Amino acid sequence: MKLETNKTHILHQWKHGRPMIACCFDPTGQYLVSSSEDFSLQRWDLKDGKKIAWPAHDSWIKDIAFLPDGETVISAGCDDRLIFWPTAAEKPTPIREVVAHKGWIRSIDVKPDGSLIATGGNDKVVKIWDPNGKLVRQFVGHERDVYSVFFHPKENVLLSGDLDGKVHQWNVADGKLLRTFDAKELHTYNGGQQVHYGGVRDIALSPDGKTIACIGLHKATNPLGAVNEPIVVLFNWEDGKKLRAQPGAGIKAIGWQVEFLADGTEVAACGGSGGGYLLFFKTAEDKPYHTLKLPDTARDMSMHPNGLQVATAHHDGHIRISQMTEKVPAPKADTAKKK
Amino acid sequence: MKCTYSCQSDAHVMARRQFLGTLTGGVVVGGLGALTSPAAAAELKRKDMRVMVIYMSGGVSQLETWDPKPKTDTGGPFRAIPTSVPGTHICELLPLTAQHMDKLALVRSIDTKNGDHGKGNYQMTYGRNQMPGVEYPHLGAVCAKGLERPDNPLPGHIRVGGGSRGSDAAYLGPKYASVGVNGKPPANSARATNLAAETDALRNKFRRKANDHFLKERRTAKTDIYTQSYEQALQLMERRDVFDVSKEPAKEHEKYGKHQLGNQCLMARRLLENNIPFVQVSHSNYDTHNENFNFHFEQLGEFDQAYAALIGDLHERGMLETTLVVVMSEFGRTPRINKYYGRDHWGTAWSVCLGGAKVKPGAVVGKTNANGTKVIEREVDHGDLFHTYLSAVGLDSRGTFDIGGRAQLLADPAAVGISELIM
Repeated sequence: MKLETNKTHILHQWKHGRPMIACCFDPTGQYLVSSSEDFSLQRWDLKDGKKIAWPAHDSWIKDIAFLPDGETVISAGCDDRLIFWPTAAEKPTPIREVVAHKGWIRSIDVKPDGSLIATGGNDKVVKIWDPNGKLVRQFVGHERDVYSVFFHPKENVLLSGDLDGKVHQWNVADGKLLRTFDAKELHTYNGGQQVHYGGVRDIALSPDGKTIACIGLHKATNPLGAVNEPIVVLFNWEDGKKLRAQPGAGIKAIGWQVEFLADGTEVAACGGSGGGYLLFFKTAEDKPYHTLKLPDTARDMSMHPNGLQVATAHHDGHIRISQMTEKVPAPKADTAKKK
Repeated sequence: MKCTYSCQSDAHVMARRQFLGTLTGGVVVGGLGALTSPAAAAELKRKDMRVMVIYMSGGVSQLETWDPKPKTDTGGPFRAIPTSVPGTHICELLPLTAQHMDKLALVRSIDTKNGDHGKGNYQMTYGRNQMPGVEYPHLGAVCAKGLERPDNPLPGHIRVGGGSRGSDAAYLGPKYASVGVNGKPPANSARATNLAAETDALRNKFRRKANDHFLKERRTAKTDIYTQSYEQALQLMERRDVFDVSKEPAKEHEKYGKHQLGNQCLMARRLLENNIPFVQVSHSNYDTHNENFNFHFEQLGEFDQAYAALIGDLHERGMLETTLVVVMSEFGRTPRINKYYGRDHWGTAWSVCLGGAKVKPGAVVGKTNANGTKVIEREVDHGDLFHTYLSAVGLDSRGTFDIGGRAQLLADPAAVGISELIM
C-alpha cells in the first residue's frame, strides 16, 4: 500500500479506560506499548488489539522506547527511574531499574544501532546510558527542563530540546556542546501569569538528513488556560539556519510529536482545548496541507515501522491507530451464509 | 503587581478597578477606637505579635502541596515525601519546606463551598462571605489595628508587590488600609535635594502653627485624620530605608532566590523585623487549568526556596514565636485531572499551611478521603480560619473594636476558631 496522507483514517480504536499519556510501537511491528494516568503500562498486540496491562512506576510514565530488536521496552517515569521490561513476556517484570534523574524523566531515545540510550528531564540534565543501564556520560548546559532528546541516525550527535526553546547539539563521544538551534518561537514567558511555557516537545530529522523539525506551541496568550497554537519550526541541518515556522491552522492545542514520513513530509500530533488533530505539512510550506480531526485530544504519537500508521494516545482512555493510506473496504458480508 | 488569571473572571477586573480608585485616596491617616481590653492590649504589645500572609494567587493545588494523594486516580505524577514531623507527608515539590514542618501546621479539611476567584479571595482574607452593601475589614486591617504599635510610625498593613493604598479597612478607617510597597523606598518619600533640612523644618513648623490656629475653631474628625497623616508621613520619611530591600546583603538575596517571590519574602522579613504588624506577599500564578503539573513544578520551586528561607530565618532569629505565617489561596484545585493535564477551581476539600506565634508546631488538623474528593474529618471554613489566625496572635477573635462608640466584631460570630491548633 502506498502512503496517501490525505486519505488518513482511523483504523483501530482500543480502549484502556484511564487517560493515556504516551505510546510507542515496537521496532518489529508486533506491539504497541502505552502508558496511562493509572501508573501502568499496557501492551497491545497489533494483530488483534488484545491488551495486557501491568503496574509499572510510582508515578506517571512520560515516554517509552524500545531497544532495536524489540525484545526490551524501556519506560521513563516521573519517579526518577528508567525500567527495562521484556516486551513479550506474559506478565512483564523488570529486567532492571535505573535511578536515572532527579524527578521527571520527560524523554528517552535509543540510538538506532542500540548502543546507547539518551534521557532528559526536569533536572535539566541529559544523560547517556549503555543498554545495561550504566551511565556513560552526562551533558549539562540546559537552563530549564529538558523536554526532548533525539539521536541523529547517522552522525554521533544528540539533540536535546528544553523549555526555553533551545535545542543543543552534543558530541556524544566527548559531551562537547557543538551548537544550539534557537527555536525561540516555542517558548513564552507570560508576565501577567508569571510563567514560562512551551518547550521543544519533540524533535525529528527528515529522511534525507537535511531538515530538523522541532514541535511545540506558540501564541500562548493564556498559558494557564490552554490558549495556544501548535507550531513546527524547521532548521537546515547543514548550516543550522531556521527555514520556516509552520503554525497549526489556528487550532488551540499543544504540538506534542512530529515525525517525517518517507516522502519527506511531516505528520504532527496535537491536542488541547481545540481537540485532537493530526496535521500534515510539506517542508516548503507554512500551512498544513491536510488535517485530520481526532475524536479526542491527543497527547502522544508514535510512527509504525512500516511508515504507514501512527498511533496516538488520548485523554479519553483510548489508543487510536491511524492509517495513512487509502481505506481498504471491509469484506462484504456473506449474505448466503447468514441466511 | 499585575496578576492575570486564566479564567478571565470579572472579579479580577473589579478588583483592579477598585484598586485604581484608591490611588487618589491619600496617605496614611489616623483612626479611632481602641482594644476592648486594655490588659489584652498590653499583653500584645509586650509580645509584639505579627502576621504574614503568603497568598498563592489563582488557587494552589492542595494535592501538589499539603495534602498529596500519590498513586490514586487523582494524585497526579508527583510523589509524597516525609517531613520533619514523623508521619506527615507533603508533596515532593516542597523538599525544603518539608524540613521545617516541625515548626508549621496544616489544616487539610477546608470546605469554603466556592469556586470563584473573587469570592474566594474575599472569604480567605476577610473571613466572611462577600455580601452586597456590607463592608468588613481585611485580615490585614484587623491585625494592623488589633496589634497596633503606637510608637511605630510605619504603616501597619503592608502589601509587598507594589500598588498604592487599598480600600480594605472598612469601618476601621483608612489608617489601617493596606499600603503597597515594591522593595524600594516609597515614591517621593525623600526630602527634595534642593530643600535644606533647616528650611524644611521651618516649613513644617509654620504648617503646624497654621494647623493649630485652624483647629482651635474648626476641629473635626477629618482634620484630625489630615494632621495625623501628615505627621505619620514625616516620620515615615525618616524610616524610608526600611522599604529598601537592596540594603540586604547579596547572600540573603541568594538564599531567598533571585525571583520576585524571593525578593518579596526578603522584603517581608525586613518589614517584620521592623515590627510591622501585618505583611502580605503574593505569588502568581496557580490558576492552572492547563498543564497543572508543569506550572506547579515551576512555581513551587520558587515558593519552596523563599518560604523555607523565611521560616528558617524567623526561627533562627527568634521571631517565629511572635510571627504567624499563613500560606493561603482563594481555593484549592480539583482532584480530577482534566484533559489538558490541568486542575480546575475547587473549594470543597483543600488545605492551608500556617505556623508560628501560638500555632501548635507540627499539628495536622482535618482529613480528606483517599483521593481527596471530600473532607471526612474536622471540616472548617474561611470564617473558622479567620478566628484561628486572630487567636494565634493573641487577639480575642470574639472581641470587638470600639469604633466611634459602636462595638464592631473582629470576626464572623457564626464561625469558630480551631482551638486544638492554638497553644
